[in-house]
Amino acid sequence: MQSSKNKLSSLWQTLWQRWFGHPVRAFGVVSLLLLISLAIAPAKNHFSEWRHYQNKYLALIRGRGEAVTLQRHFHDGIQQIWLPQFGVVDRCTTCHVGLKEASLADVSTQPFRVHPVIPHTLDQFGCVMCHRGQGPATTVEEAHSSTLAWEQPILPARYVQSSCGQCHRAPLIGAPQLNLGRNLLGRYGCVHCHTIKLPDGSAIQPTDDPPSLEHIADKTTREWIYAWLKDPQAYAVTATMPNFKLSDPDARDVSAFLISSSTPLAGDTTPVTKTEKAPDPTAGASLYGESFCASCHAVQNAAGNVVGGDIGPELTRIGTKVKPEWLRAWLHNPRVYDSGTAMPHYRFTDPQLSLLTGFLGNKADSDLLANVHLDAPTPEQIAHGKLLVTEYGCASCHLINGIKKPDNFAPELTRIGSKPLTQIIFLPGMTHAIPDYISAKIRQPRSFGSALKMPQFALAPAQVDALTTALLALTDRAHDLPLALTVPAKPASDYQPAGKAGQLMADMACFTCHAINGRGGDLAPDLTWEGSSVQRPWLQAFLKNPGTLRPALIRRMPRFNISDDDAKELTDYIMAVYQTPAFDRDSMPSSGYPPAQVEQGKQLFYSKYACQGCHIVDTKVDKGYVGPTLTQVGSRLTAPWIYHWLKDPQAMRPGVIEPNRNMSDEDARALTAFLMTQKGSTKQGAKK
Amino acid sequence: MFRHWRTLFVVSLALASAGCARKPGAASALKPTSFGAALVESSGGKQIGATGMVLVQPLVVQANDDQGNAVTGALVAFSGPAGVSFDPPSGLTDSSGQLSTNVALGSMAGRYQLIAHTSTKTQKSVELKIEEIALGYQEQLGFQLDNKYCARCHNPESTPERVSNYDNLEVKPHPFTEGDTLNKMSDAELTAIIGHGGPALNKSALMPPYGYTLSKTEIEALISYIRLISDPPYHAAGMVYAQK
Repeated sequence: MQSSKNKLSSLWQTLWQRWFGHPVRAFGVVSLLLLISLAIAPAKNHFSEWRHYQNKYLALIRGRGEAVTLQRHFHDGIQQIWLPQFGVVDRCTTCHVGLKEASLADVSTQPFRVHPVIPHTLDQFGCVMCHRGQGPATTVEEAHSSTLAWEQPILPARYVQSSCGQCHRAPLIGAPQLNLGRNLLGRYGCVHCHTIKLPDGSAIQPTDDPPSLEHIADKTTREWIYAWLKDPQAYAVTATMPNFKLSDPDARDVSAFLISSSTPLAGDTTPVTKTEKAPDPTAGASLYGESFCASCHAVQNAAGNVVGGDIGPELTRIGTKVKPEWLRAWLHNPRVYDSGTAMPHYRFTDPQLSLLTGFLGNKADSDLLANVHLDAPTPEQIAHGKLLVTEYGCASCHLINGIKKPDNFAPELTRIGSKPLTQIIFLPGMTHAIPDYISAKIRQPRSFGSALKMPQFALAPAQVDALTTALLALTDRAHDLPLALTVPAKPASDYQPAGKAGQLMADMACFTCHAINGRGGDLAPDLTWEGSSVQRPWLQAFLKNPGTLRPALIRRMPRFNISDDDAKELTDYIMAVYQTPAFDRDSMPSSGYPPAQVEQGKQLFYSKYACQGCHIVDTKVDKGYVGPTLTQVGSRLTAPWIYHWLKDPQAMRPGVIEPNRNMSDEDARALTAFLMTQKGSTKQGAKK
Repeated sequence: MFRHWRTLFVVSLALASAGCARKPGAASALKPTSFGAALVESSGGKQIGATGMVLVQPLVVQANDDQGNAVTGALVAFSGPAGVSFDPPSGLTDSSGQLSTNVALGSMAGRYQLIAHTSTKTQKSVELKIEEIALGYQEQLGFQLDNKYCARCHNPESTPERVSNYDNLEVKPHPFTEGDTLNKMSDAELTAIIGHGGPALNKSALMPPYGYTLSKTEIEALISYIRLISDPPYHAAGMVYAQK
């Protein structure tokens, strides 16, 4: 031990002597050490990862035909995009050298691929605004992955549309996944429990309209509620109600409480006589078809396909759910049971009500309730049911007697896209990144703990991804961007027509399909300027008995059986109020055009503009089924409307698919003259 | 040397070859209980999806024996080009002989060749090739525009939601998948016919001009979409460079 220590010190002595024993030698050694230490930085630079990629890029382009051009575009060294207004410093282009080189379209190896065409340029927006990751980093690991200093890794391509949503608050035609996700947040009622505030201060509103349960006992049975709670999708595959995975006793108690808390509502049931027989067994089905119920309601056919609209609930097994006396009263006037329902008041006659009630009552599935046997509930069970209803937050969505709607029942998701990873409990084996967490949580909420309250939603994988995308858009950046740098959504319209006509429009639920002044659905044409567009006699007749304008459409305006007075009231209102400021509807005559001009218009219609491709004027010759039939357009539309429409269809109704033909005044006037002569036969249009 | 590579590396080809290179692995955990002799596609092929995203319909393949009867418990594994993921990547066929998987396509726009793979009793490998299309941003935009403006006439298939006008037209429009015709038209010609209507190329006036309705970007997007879905696939004319 002692000797080895001696040996070591003597070795040290010799080395010291050799290097520093002589001043000149010492100077040389110190200089050498200094030189080496000075060389460390250039060496690190020379052997850096990014230089390796730049050299590989140079090797890649060397053999190509356009090498000279590519070489000229190439800049050696660290590259940087600096956008102070966004707080972006991106050095990604140091390695991703070919992003702007369209001629590298055939190169599929990263990091040299050309960037696909998008509406923004690299210099305007940089990289991390969309792809996330750490912009200032100059190594692959630090730029792409999550590190201790930087939590946010590169966003997987499947969620990239979420980045559009940081600035674009309105629906975006190029980002369908984001649009779908935002739509689902409302449609599946996520925002009933989770508050999501938008940067402009508003909050996302639910669009699913869950039914009130205050009078549920009038509508359905306890057995059905039990089966529904156990598995909503067993009743209707399209049901958006999630599965709370209740045990049998829990479902028994919740159903007991809901029935016991229900109060009767005057007028929401009418007696049904069982013996009433339909004159024709297919009459119910035809009435269902004629009333265009399928525009809003779907039915699952024998092949398992769901056919019909998704505005109202699916009706495949409706007979198993609702009591006939409730159904009849509902069909008579749905507004008694639910004043805000999207369902129109059809004003059916008594025989029609019997027919439809019978037809829908037969849409039953005896298997659904076959195994449900519930004994009369005990008070303890009811009390336990009430406790469960409170605990699971049922009142967040549904109105329930005796239970207050809870505030902020679930965590707020306003900034979920930037939630710090330290606040998240990941499952074993899960990638520690926000997208993985959100998507796992939506897919199987209870996998994070069986005691969690969040229910299981029936979502397809693409829907889960869409929801994840919409949630990932809710980042700190989205909230902290100056408003001037964002593309705002159109504010929601609360337009409400006034007076008797306004009441009629609410009663017939016009806004379910039509939009007026920014409020309403998109199933049917926008009526904001309807008063300038159509002629009074046509409108009044149409409201009484809607004829077929577009024969190829399966979703058409139903007949609401309104009285003459009501039709006149509505017509007066529409003609007076819904007028465009662009022109006066009486500024052109509705007839009396010179025959030469009419003939010229006909020529233009069939030859130059080939309108018959999409429209029908002469039912014997024309076949176009894209646009409305024009056989009686001269008694339907006003001449100035036709003229202005021909000049610029999108100015009259934004988003309409008829192309703008850049038509000259003369052509538009001649075509208008020709179309105004198409008055149709007097009886035509009543029914096709 | 490099020039040869370049012709080979046309996007779709590169994607396909990458797919062939990767052999299905990681299936070792599952033990097949029986073996099929052939694989057929039940549904989910020829879908149009978006880059990086899950296809709307799951891909379903069926294993059959040599009599054509469905085989239960055959081990089927899926593989595809780099970036494609399957959930699950492999599995045993169910009681109707089928295995369903959710497919997420890679991050490059193009045609993706996916492979379903199973082994016969004699350890012979059986493969089924399935093609899917991934739209990038531009093609996606084109797809939406096609749906809105073009498909009513250019897509001969009718659905209850959208009745096709194809049969009603005297001069038949070309479906956008009709590569035999459309591939012969240059981008400039397509731009002209979309922007200025049929008469611009001495064709039918039934094709109206959309140049005053759609923007230049939108027309470009539409063309990029038409190019991507055309069958047979479209190959852009490469650049011609002077010999050194």
